[in-house]
Amino acid sequence: MAKIDNNDDSVVVIIGSGAGGGTLAHELCTQGVKVVVLEAGAMQSQATYINDEWKSFSQLAWLDNRTTSGTWRIARDFPNLPSWICKTVGGTTTHWAGASLRLQEHEFKTRTHYGDIKGANLLDWPVTLKELEPYYAKAENKMGVTRTNGIPGLPGNNNFKVLHAGATKLGYREVHTGNMAINSEPRDDRGRCMQLGFCFQGCKSGAKWSTLYVEIPKAEATGNLDLRPESHVSRIEHNAAGKVNAVVYFDKNGKEQRQKARVVCVAGNSIETPRLLLLSATTQFPNGLANSSGQVGRNYMRHLTGTVYAAFKDPVHMYRGTTMAGIIRDESGHDTRRGFAGGYEMETLALGVPFMAAFLNPGGWGADFSWWMDRYTHLAGMWIVGEDMPRETNRVTLNMAVKDKWGNPVPNVHFDDHDNDIAMRNHAFKQGERVYQAAGAIRTFRTPPYPSTHNLGTCRMSASARDGVCNKWGQTHDISNLFISDGSQFTTGGAENPTLTIVSLAIRQAEYITRQMTEKAI
Amino acid sequence: MKVIPITPLGHLAAGNCGEDSGEVPKLDLPLTRRNLLRGSGLLMGTLAAGSALSLLAPSRAWAVELKTLSSTEGTALMKMGRVLYPHSKLPDAVYALLVKDLDAGATSDAKTTALLRDGIASLDRASGGNFAKATAARQLAAVKSLEGTPFFAAVRGKCVTSLYDNDMAFAAFGYPGSSWEKGGYITRGFQDLKWLSEPSKEASPAPWMG
Repeated sequence: MAKIDNNDDSVVVIIGSGAGGGTLAHELCTQGVKVVVLEAGAMQSQATYINDEWKSFSQLAWLDNRTTSGTWRIARDFPNLPSWICKTVGGTTTHWAGASLRLQEHEFKTRTHYGDIKGANLLDWPVTLKELEPYYAKAENKMGVTRTNGIPGLPGNNNFKVLHAGATKLGYREVHTGNMAINSEPRDDRGRCMQLGFCFQGCKSGAKWSTLYVEIPKAEATGNLDLRPESHVSRIEHNAAGKVNAVVYFDKNGKEQRQKARVVCVAGNSIETPRLLLLSATTQFPNGLANSSGQVGRNYMRHLTGTVYAAFKDPVHMYRGTTMAGIIRDESGHDTRRGFAGGYEMETLALGVPFMAAFLNPGGWGADFSWWMDRYTHLAGMWIVGEDMPRETNRVTLNMAVKDKWGNPVPNVHFDDHDNDIAMRNHAFKQGERVYQAAGAIRTFRTPPYPSTHNLGTCRMSASARDGVCNKWGQTHDISNLFISDGSQFTTGGAENPTLTIVSLAIRQAEYITRQMTEKAI
Repeated sequence: MKVIPITPLGHLAAGNCGEDSGEVPKLDLPLTRRNLLRGSGLLMGTLAAGSALSLLAPSRAWAVELKTLSSTEGTALMKMGRVLYPHSKLPDAVYALLVKDLDAGATSDAKTTALLRDGIASLDRASGGNFAKATAARQLAAVKSLEGTPFFAAVRGKCVTSLYDNDMAFAAFGYPGSSWEKGGYITRGFQDLKWLSEPSKEASPAPWMG
């Protein structure tokens, strides 16, 4: 690994080492660019991952204080845990389930296809599916996505069998074990999936793609990467010309450090990324960096989610094997006859007993709650993930009344469901219940959204500097050497799990940054 | 995962008169005077012989020593745990873990102690005198009447982790926990469900076995 001097102002500094930051680091390093990665979390490994839900949560989750407001149920049930993302090297690619789906063509043009939906801040992406296709292909190859590049699909577990039986009985056609960045056979020096059942706690076999043990070691092998774990960035600085030139962070000893930079890429996930731009306000940029549009922190999306659990008279043992073991894609299109714009995916999901108790029905108690826990071995589960509407009022702001341990205001996450979200969720719940009823369920249960895992849109891409924070390359409209490199870039959310798109955008952004640096444009 | 410390009763068993009898138990316990003054208590019981749970423990007898709460208070909280999350398959030993965790909170914070003591008093009042001895219907009504109070929230919240994150609960609910030590489920039944039709090979290819 390279050791880069704090005063070296020729480097690219990447904040965050997850799907966006970790991939970008690998791509840039491979192209000969010197990179410093500042990661707030600590280094773990397949050996140190803990396959115990609460202990793993303490080890990997981002638990820094946050506050919430709005009418979403999260604000009541988990007021200080709006999201379920990670603070560790590899970011949330340690916790993700592995679903790797491309966004659909129309999802890049929602303003065009969905029209002007009241209360929604819809906008077409400044990039099209056609432009992204070569990068999707590279990402799928890099991550080893099943059912691409000749890689077979994964074998379905019992939870998938239930989903499949119900779905096919109901007439759904696109039902299979998904496009997963989990090895179905050995590939890229990693073994095949052992069906451990703890995808969310870090894959101990390494079959699931994570930047921690795929992208980052490859970046280190180039000799161009200086990875600094336990480095919590507190602000980005700029010069009189309005270009960013340094990143200030607290190292693992709590000591303030300043790393100079030629280019800064922010990939801290959609809550910390806008927070950092807001925290970096100066007299020259009084509303925060790259915020001339006023859109930094706005249009926060979390995907429309929900879970349907079903109890059967025969055992399922849903906890055995991959957490997201299969998918129904038939509802993912845009068909307003259903009463809403956009679509949703249905994907199997399983929790262990400890998390089932915490998330089945937060706040719930009594004999009915116990009824479900008593039937744990006889339950099947599916997660609904659909497109939610971007709204200007759903936003990340600085809560000036609450400070973190470094004295900076914590982020507040405000969210209100749009009517379209509610209509879609109700439809999805109904269809999910019908799937399980077709498979013989004795009862079904609608579990509300978990703390958000898909946090998107808070520094969105736009063709015009008026409408968003960055351009089609993730380069901020206001500051040419400041980039957004995570899901915050998403103009709209699509129905698909976002990681593949984040990785594809990072590969594409790396090419652009290298080109711009070579041309001395930045 | 939390594991209940099972203390062999041994010399304690003879002196165990319990609170129900109304007699003050004279237990030969290594309690300090200070602990006695603070009203420390003891919860104990026996796991059913031959149950899966008894196999987990070195001894069928279990005991949980309380540092701050009294036995009476501990018993009331155990009963409240059972009203909140009634599981016939969970032995009292699991509900005692709830009390152990609540007691630990009370020991480190006087405000929590007051919250729990006031809450237990409210439960007693709401059930006409003695919550722990009230009928199931009165216990349920008493607990329900406190829904929305900080006491209710504290106990219910603690239940979520205390009752469902321990070896005995895992065994009772049929959840094996970590599997990588056993090589996962690739050869141990991840697709052994036989009561539904099999998916096609296109939908679910056979596992790679080298």
